[in-house]
Amino acid sequence: MTAMRLSRRTMLKASAGLVIALQLPLPGRAEAAAGDAPAAPIAPNAFVRIGADDTVTVLVKHIEFGQGPFTGLSTLVAEELDADWSQMRAEHALADAALYKNLAFGVQGTGGSTAIANSYIQMRQAGAAARAMLVQAAATRWSVPAAEITVERGVLRHASGRQGRFGEFAEAAARLPVPQSVTLKDPSAFTLIGRDDGSMHKLDTPGKTNGTAQFTLDIMTPGMLTVLVARPPRFGATLTSFDDAAARAVNGVVEVKQIPSGVAIYANGTWPALKARAALAAVWDESKAEMRSTATMIEEYRALAKTPGTLAASHGDAAAAFAGGGWVIEAEYVFPYLAHAPMEPMDGYLEWDGQTARARFGSQLQTLDHATIAKVLGLPQEKVVVETLLGGGSFGRRAQGDAQFAAELAQAAKAIGPNRPVKLVWTREDDLAGGYYRSIFVHRLKGVVQDGRITGWSNTIVGQSLAVGTPFESVMVKDGVDATSVEGAREIPYDIANFHCDLHTVTSPVPVLWWRSVGHSHTGYAVECFIDELLEATGQDPVEGRLALMGSQPRLAGALRAVAQAANWSGGAVANGRARGVAAVESFGSFVAQIAEVSAGPEGPKVHKVWCAVDCGVAVNPDVIRSQIEGGIGYGLGHVLYAELDLNGGVPVQTNFDSYRSLRIHEMPEVEVVIVPSAEPPTGVGEPGVPPVGPAVANAMAKLGMGRPSRLPMVRGMV
Amino acid sequence: MAISLKVNGAAHSVDVDDDTPLLWVLRDTLGLTGTKFGCGVAQCGACTVFVNGAARRSCVLPVAAVDGEVTTIEAISGREAQAVQAAWTARDVPQCGYCQSGQVMSAVALLKEVKKPTDQDIDQAMNGNICRCATYVRIRAAIHDAARALEG
Repeated sequence: MTAMRLSRRTMLKASAGLVIALQLPLPGRAEAAAGDAPAAPIAPNAFVRIGADDTVTVLVKHIEFGQGPFTGLSTLVAEELDADWSQMRAEHALADAALYKNLAFGVQGTGGSTAIANSYIQMRQAGAAARAMLVQAAATRWSVPAAEITVERGVLRHASGRQGRFGEFAEAAARLPVPQSVTLKDPSAFTLIGRDDGSMHKLDTPGKTNGTAQFTLDIMTPGMLTVLVARPPRFGATLTSFDDAAARAVNGVVEVKQIPSGVAIYANGTWPALKARAALAAVWDESKAEMRSTATMIEEYRALAKTPGTLAASHGDAAAAFAGGGWVIEAEYVFPYLAHAPMEPMDGYLEWDGQTARARFGSQLQTLDHATIAKVLGLPQEKVVVETLLGGGSFGRRAQGDAQFAAELAQAAKAIGPNRPVKLVWTREDDLAGGYYRSIFVHRLKGVVQDGRITGWSNTIVGQSLAVGTPFESVMVKDGVDATSVEGAREIPYDIANFHCDLHTVTSPVPVLWWRSVGHSHTGYAVECFIDELLEATGQDPVEGRLALMGSQPRLAGALRAVAQAANWSGGAVANGRARGVAAVESFGSFVAQIAEVSAGPEGPKVHKVWCAVDCGVAVNPDVIRSQIEGGIGYGLGHVLYAELDLNGGVPVQTNFDSYRSLRIHEMPEVEVVIVPSAEPPTGVGEPGVPPVGPAVANAMAKLGMGRPSRLPMVRGMV
Repeated sequence: MAISLKVNGAAHSVDVDDDTPLLWVLRDTLGLTGTKFGCGVAQCGACTVFVNGAARRSCVLPVAAVDGEVTTIEAISGREAQAVQAAWTARDVPQCGYCQSGQVMSAVALLKEVKKPTDQDIDQAMNGNICRCATYVRIRAAIHDAARALEG
């Protein structure tokens, strides 16, 4: 990657001084991390626990919320351990930055589609170390050289006929020193990484099919109180006073307390808390609140986009190119606030006795959440345990640089005092009206075509920064430009001689956050719609025209060729009322190209099928990759078609799924995924499936004569 | 006031307000947490249970209005349930998994009514169940798989 290509991941990596160390964490911590799990005779390092019952449990440092790290990291361990897939188990590691930091971030956390990428070597090393210790234990017991022992599918063997399973050597192996260096397999020897014969089922599937998977909302402990918080109706408002007489009169309500974010209702159960919150009367100070409507904000941003912003990148001389007499084409794209709306709204459990605390929830940035909870409770961090639970989706929502949710959880526990376990629950209305949105963005683009070629490109972007005011600001914001506001727009994959990109960063009390694919969620649409429009002006085919400009982008070009082949691309023209559009976006180091087949439906575009080619380096779990791409397409499509979070005089308008419209099964297109073979190091797939689908649909709509929608969502109005 | 209801074959007497939605009785009072909360307004289907065998949204059904025996994800049984859960597992349908109890309940209800559902039947029966992970491609395929398995 060049210096120009600073994504969230690379910026954090740079700041953390990434070193993939051969030293493995010491044993002992892993046993502590095992909590109340069965006895753990071997803990060759913090990541692998082998039981006498032959099970191999991988302690996964990343939160599992559907994107597959339980399965992915376990695959990496099992590969080098030569385990049988059926003996693999996965559970979350406890929060511990020293042991479990994301090697791309320097702190423990999940995001930027980094789970496989940063774990690829580390988890294989963990598996290889465990294997070496088991082999040595067997060699000692059998009095044979370790080098003569083979391991296959969980069985150790020697030519003498001796054989045994992992569990038989687990205890002896645990007494051996952890090897300081290990040799990893050559990829040609992989048997589990890349396996695609339908035998590698996800480790978390069974519990998610029969209702037994444990989410935070499912926690119930003796004496536990359910907490709902009444928060101000407008962002930036604060509490003036409240009258809780009616709230306290609700059967089942235990306590009402003011906390920094509002008024906390403590009840025996969710329904009493809901009724009491509805009965609470609160007065808010709105002197510093956001009072604008989104319609007003958008008009302000559109005006701002017509003025020069802070330079993000340039090469050549775009101004000269525009003045040079060619065909100048302009476009504007407006993107709304979007909520993440994970199926499980934010929730968390915390118990503390004044000396120690234990928090259990879907923590995505464990290190920040851990420090925040300790700080609020006034405890040393080592007295606070943060246990990560399965998250019912996230899409970025559970990764808060300001640790707002963790702070509210700790404040709720603190306000009622020790030895009163609390479960803080957000409703869907709390979730959708609660901010931390993908920012509104406006893109204003200008291009010039001369002699059948695109000779100039400029893009002015307006939006809020998600990094300013968070611990990420120092690494993400450079020279007044938040990298996440312009990623994908300040470096485009097309060779255009004269290029300019600038940014206006606007502010509002409305908190904003990364949202699945971050900046690419809007830059992918703007860039891929506009290049398509310019290529149309030059009379070139959308695929061939892109390829001709992708000389410096062999992997993205490869994905584009692969998807064109899969879809039998022949120009995208209308046939049987359907047209096809294409888009290609690199994000988070993965290269994704999509073709969408679209017709004009009664309320707007009807998307019938999406073909997708993805190059994400070594494909560790091909079926997980396909499922993430399918889901990414559905998530991206649902939002470009239907989703917007409006403010009316500062108050959120869409507060449940009756108005914040979500893609449903009859709106989901058929999806065909091609994984481009690659020997490059693996990169992520949680986010990269999202950006191309919107512009692919828009470019098909242009073929249908519907035009490329300049204002998202494409279908506006109620459900 | 104590309210009597039968859940998963067992009789219960619960001391909650009459207007308490069945969802919160199942989860908070009876500890049956497989049924999920997603919206509270019957828009997402995560709370789907059976009342006398018919799929109902438990988040908007006051417990005092429950007029039959309740079955939750924890206790579904029979050929259709087995076929659906086997198909879900074979296809690795779930991602985050939070909505899947409701998806499975709706799919079982469909297959009890329609032995060989078309894509349109699936759209009709399943469009009240939101999956924010958008596992819809696999849900559709798994329902077809389950229908085929029930034929054989």
